[in-house]
Amino acid sequence: MAINWFKYSSPASFYSLAGKMIPLFSITAFALFVVGLYIGFFVAPTDFQQSEAYRIIFIHVPAAWMSMFLYLVMASWAAIGLAFNTRLSSMIATAIAPTGAMFTFLALWTGALWGKPMWGAWWVWDARLTSELILLFLYIGFMALQAAIDDPRRADKAGAVIALVGVVNIPIIYFSVKWWNTLHQGATVSLTQSPKMATTMLTSMFIMALACWMYSFAVVLIRTRTIILERERHTMWVSELQGTA
Amino acid sequence: MNWASWSDFFAMGGYGFYVWGSYLVSLLCMAGEIALVFNQKRTLLRQLSLIHKATQQEQNNETTP
Amino acid sequence: MFLWVIQRDLLLAMRQRADVLTTLFFFIIVVSLFPLGVGPEINMLRAMAPGVVWVAALLASMLSLERMFFSDYLDGTLEQMLLSPQPLSLLILGKVLAHWLVTGVPLILIAPVLGIQFNLPMDSLLVLTASLLLGTPVLSLIGAIGAALTLGLRGGGVLVSLLVLPLYIPVLIFGAGAVEASSVGLGASTHLSLLGAFLLASLVLAPWAAATALRISME
Repeated sequence: MAINWFKYSSPASFYSLAGKMIPLFSITAFALFVVGLYIGFFVAPTDFQQSEAYRIIFIHVPAAWMSMFLYLVMASWAAIGLAFNTRLSSMIATAIAPTGAMFTFLALWTGALWGKPMWGAWWVWDARLTSELILLFLYIGFMALQAAIDDPRRADKAGAVIALVGVVNIPIIYFSVKWWNTLHQGATVSLTQSPKMATTMLTSMFIMALACWMYSFAVVLIRTRTIILERERHTMWVSELQGTA
Repeated sequence: MNWASWSDFFAMGGYGFYVWGSYLVSLLCMAGEIALVFNQKRTLLRQLSLIHKATQQEQNNETTP
Repeated sequence: MFLWVIQRDLLLAMRQRADVLTTLFFFIIVVSLFPLGVGPEINMLRAMAPGVVWVAALLASMLSLERMFFSDYLDGTLEQMLLSPQPLSLLILGKVLAHWLVTGVPLILIAPVLGIQFNLPMDSLLVLTASLLLGTPVLSLIGAIGAALTLGLRGGGVLVSLLVLPLYIPVLIFGAGAVEASSVGLGASTHLSLLGAFLLASLVLAPWAAATALRISME
């Protein structure tokens, strides 16, 4: 089946394609959340070390994964927009940022609520939580920069530069924080302990991760459509939409 | 089944606050994001239609002598 | 042309000595605030000192970033630089070097004095100075990218800080960590080598990224 993918790089055709895909992704996301949570709460057994508190993992780990993947996806689209001067790619990157930031916040929040019963503290400066916090700063920096620039094309490209600089720095930051953390390993119990994964636990986690992916697709597509409408408001096809609205 | 009763389910072995605190906030954030995103779209469409109507009126005023 | 850029920036900085001195005094004041906040207990201050000095260096370096491009942007020199046949990265490197000479070097010179205020022993002072020597140029280099991206934007200094501080964190970790490691007896060579690596990497990459950013901001 030869699809002409490049047809969809025009904001107008992407707008209608996205419109058709959003219900699909939303329903899939909802279904996966239901299945994943069911398995996580009603099938997966109690962990002998962490009792029931470990069940936070079914939202904590997917949120953390999403926060990282979405940043990479965002940076990739931004890079394409910068390199090939395509408006739509940059619009998608801009649309991804708030969702990525949300998942980063959730990873931090659920991490804190998991840490309190497990390690006795709401916040621990372990390598992963600290790097996640810095990732949140990177997302916010990207959004703040784009918000401060009025000209959309300059905002697109400037955002792309900061996103790419961030991507290059993420491994460096993670490595530095890990180093710093191991040097300062305090009197607390081993922080790298995580529950032994029964298959059902892993299954639930993966399904939840997929659910978060589908959710992200849906929300990002809706946001992209709004951005398209706003940026292309002077074009014929948007006015035609108004005519029928 | 893991739970003997609904109250066991809500208690989560004593960790109910942490588990439900996590999931509730996650639900709130996602629901909030969805609401926000739809609201942004609706507001924009409303603004655009207002502008559209205003320009159409101008055009009508210009064409009628 | 490279040397000319450095000379010009230094000359302009000397004419506006106040800017340079304010940054230096900001650094001194911030460092002095910490003991006032946490108490004069000597051992605690000694433990805190590398971190405090380094954080203050980060903040002071950031304050002065706007100056890197803004005045040239206002009087049209920046446009000329973009149009010149010289590679923009090289010119930016010149501006960064001038910026470092004017902001970083005074910090490096006064840091040992401040370290004494915190009761740091002599070898720690040496390591602190070495770490700042290697680290402050990196701050100027990375800062150039932030300054270029936010050229002429409202939101000013705060926006640059938001963009640039997360990127500064590895430098902070290894800079302060070097002093700590040496005070514990582990030797600072690993930390200092990593700082050196950061310096080399940013010398190559940052001017190019800043040049891209500058072109974007000047369109």
